[in-house]
Amino acid sequence: MNKNKEQLLNKRYKAEQRFRLYGLSAIFMALLFLTIFIFKIFSTGYSAFQKTWLIVPVTFDAELMMLDQNPSKEDLQDADYYDIALKSMADLDPNANEDQENELKRMVSYFFEKEIKNELLNDPYLIGKTKEVYLTASDDLDQVFKGNYPRDLPEDQRRVSDYQLKIFDQLVANGKVESKFNISFFTNADSREAELAGIASSFMGSIFSILVCLMIAFPVAVLAAIYLEEFAPKNRFTDFIEVNINNLAAVPSIVFGLLGLGVLLAIFQLPRSTPLVGGITLSLMTLPTIIIAARASLKAVPPSIREAALAMGASRMQTTMHHTVPLSMPGTLSGTIIGLAQALGETAPLILIGMVAFVNTIPGSPMDPAASLPVQIYIWAESAERGFVEKVSACIMVLLGFLIMMNLFAQIIRHKFEKKWS
Amino acid sequence: MNLILFTFIVLLGFTSYYFGRKKAYTIQSTKKRLTALPQFYGYYLAIWCAIPAFIIFSLWAIFEPTIVKLLILSDYSNQGYLDDELNLIYEKTKALSRGQFTGEITPFIEASAEKYLSLRSIAQSSKVVIVLSAIISSVAYAYKRISSNSRTREPVEKFLNAVLFTASLAAILTTVGIVFSLIFQTIDFFKVIPLFDFVFGTHWYPAKAFVRDSSEALDPTMYSDTFGAVPIFAGTFFIAFIAMCVAIPIGLMSGIYLAEYASTKVRQYAKPLIEILAGIPTVVYGFFAALTVGPFLKELGTLMGLEVSAESALAAGGVMGIMIIPFISSLSDDVITSVPQSLRDGSYAMGATKSETIKRVIFPAALPGIVGSILLGVSRAIGETMIVVMASGLAANLTLNPLESTSTITAQIVVILIGDQAFGDPKTQAAFALGMSLFLVTLCLNIVALRVVKKYREKYE
Repeated sequence: MNKNKEQLLNKRYKAEQRFRLYGLSAIFMALLFLTIFIFKIFSTGYSAFQKTWLIVPVTFDAELMMLDQNPSKEDLQDADYYDIALKSMADLDPNANEDQENELKRMVSYFFEKEIKNELLNDPYLIGKTKEVYLTASDDLDQVFKGNYPRDLPEDQRRVSDYQLKIFDQLVANGKVESKFNISFFTNADSREAELAGIASSFMGSIFSILVCLMIAFPVAVLAAIYLEEFAPKNRFTDFIEVNINNLAAVPSIVFGLLGLGVLLAIFQLPRSTPLVGGITLSLMTLPTIIIAARASLKAVPPSIREAALAMGASRMQTTMHHTVPLSMPGTLSGTIIGLAQALGETAPLILIGMVAFVNTIPGSPMDPAASLPVQIYIWAESAERGFVEKVSACIMVLLGFLIMMNLFAQIIRHKFEKKWS
Repeated sequence: MNLILFTFIVLLGFTSYYFGRKKAYTIQSTKKRLTALPQFYGYYLAIWCAIPAFIIFSLWAIFEPTIVKLLILSDYSNQGYLDDELNLIYEKTKALSRGQFTGEITPFIEASAEKYLSLRSIAQSSKVVIVLSAIISSVAYAYKRISSNSRTREPVEKFLNAVLFTASLAAILTTVGIVFSLIFQTIDFFKVIPLFDFVFGTHWYPAKAFVRDSSEALDPTMYSDTFGAVPIFAGTFFIAFIAMCVAIPIGLMSGIYLAEYASTKVRQYAKPLIEILAGIPTVVYGFFAALTVGPFLKELGTLMGLEVSAESALAAGGVMGIMIIPFISSLSDDVITSVPQSLRDGSYAMGATKSETIKRVIFPAALPGIVGSILLGVSRAIGETMIVVMASGLAANLTLNPLESTSTITAQIVVILIGDQAFGDPKTQAAFALGMSLFLVTLCLNIVALRVVKKYREKYE
């Protein structure tokens, strides 16, 4: 009898431990996913911050460039650089035949002509002399140098030929290949060529969208929250507004994209693909988030504050505007920043209003066509070229960096400025 | 031009505020009692400046284009043009006046363009004159009116109250906007495609509708068997089901652990860490699913001798599940912590272990709230777009095999609407019809979930 009881008790204790273990392993799994995730992004992305350069001796031959003895600035601008550029690449292998010369040319980006031109414009006295110039390597060689490209594939499945690899290895052995910090990733707009593609246009697009979103959503949401929390009579209509807000907060983001397409683009005829439309669409999406946060922080201001102000003879509007609202601002602001962080990561609605268009210029205002960082991630992720994989990860790192900063900022505002009532 | 005028009006507003306050001080200096603080006199005047400006600006924005258009097109009346042709002429005129016209320029249109420009400049200058004179006269009237015993605080506060009320209508306007933008296209769609075919058809192949010469008349028989949404609805719920299979056990168990077992220190670190998962943009999850999880599952499948598509429903659903974990864990954590301590104490007093208390007492008590959180998770899974677009297929297969690729409502909307759309095309309208069904499904889920959670909260508060 006693033994039976003990067995039962043991069983119950074991069940207790098992249950506890389930819970612990669930948390462990969730954190494991997070770790794998971050590790994967960082391990594929960090190499995009380095860029491979080939150091190629270029002879600035005045005759080949069709230049006179004493060329003016304009002459230098208009000179023909293609031939010397081609020649300096071909000179890497004196025995190259025509096909191989072509392959040599494709070892650098199509931008190489311009890089050589800039070199001469910086120093016009180079004419007739030979100088080693840094040229952007093609994205395939860039990947080879970073070790991301499988060299043991059969030649016909590779985008780099054996010949190009041979020359490249010679250059590496001579120390003529260098890896430097990839500034152009931050200053260039999007490009079809992975080695030249950068995030500048999508970054500006994101900034403009977020600014438009902030300028619309923040005032409207705060005013709405003040009305609902401080002035609204309790009746059916205000209940209806509340239900509406709560529902809007859970409507899928793509539906807001359809709203932007069907109303902003089709009816109001606003320009397509612009951060202006993107920002308005995102502001409708973040509106409920900010309203809910602002209401919560207005609610957290204790009634004694209001009563004190009213007792001093302030009107209800004065009480609200001079006391309640300023005290609720830290909470409202941190809620706003969190809402903006959500909007910053949003992709689907922006795709629908056409912000996926290929934009190779940097937008100067919210009325210019642009992409945004998450949309850029989508565009690059859909490209087949291997060079874009690390770019996607690097772009994700930039985006996550921004999101983390915004969230930290929200935390700081909340902890530093919010009054604790007790 | 408008910007300069706007800045000028703002400046006028500040000036009238200043004058209002100054007048109040003057009244005060004559030892009369004011009925409100001096700045209210300022606000009062500023409002008298803003309201007429706002009214005239909006009236102008509404009526100016129509009136200009009427005046321009009056030249072309009695010439037997159709409405569409008149519209075209007007568009050409506008383009020419902006210097963006590239077609053949006829003298008629050139004359209209000149007229258009002169009309616009007349309109502009008359707008400036009317707005400024309206502002000045209304401010002057109000300035004369204010005296020591005139009420200024009440009207100002009434005005502010009206502004606050208008702002609170924004949420309703957004909902109306959503319904409005979806419903017309949806109705047009169902005029061409019978509702029955959409709801019960099993073939979804919208690309077929695209291979049509736009000059051809709409032929409904062409679209039979093209817009059957069953595979898409099935795919949507299937992927959401897979996601919930991942998210419910992990989310619920971690919620329970955090609420009942974890020490304050563990809770302090683990909870925000898990919530990071909710803050990661979905496009990033999509990239992760397509780059890592999909190929991994495919390799795993080949090892076990299974045929796994690189874009399987399992990859998309699984990653979506990870994304939903924090929603379920933090909501169920909240719900469980709000179960009154007395229930726990009672159960412990009867000799129950902690897990028995959780399973037999707390879980049943918290069940409505947990169900609510799960429903919100389902609604999020159904509305999730980027993961599916990037990691699952775009072809709508009707399948229940998680290793094959399927498509969802959201993915189809993106596929149809990416790039240029022609409104009035059944393919575009189909995307809006899908959006409408998505909106309705998630709306029902949200309303039920929010009700359940609210009822539950009221029970224990």
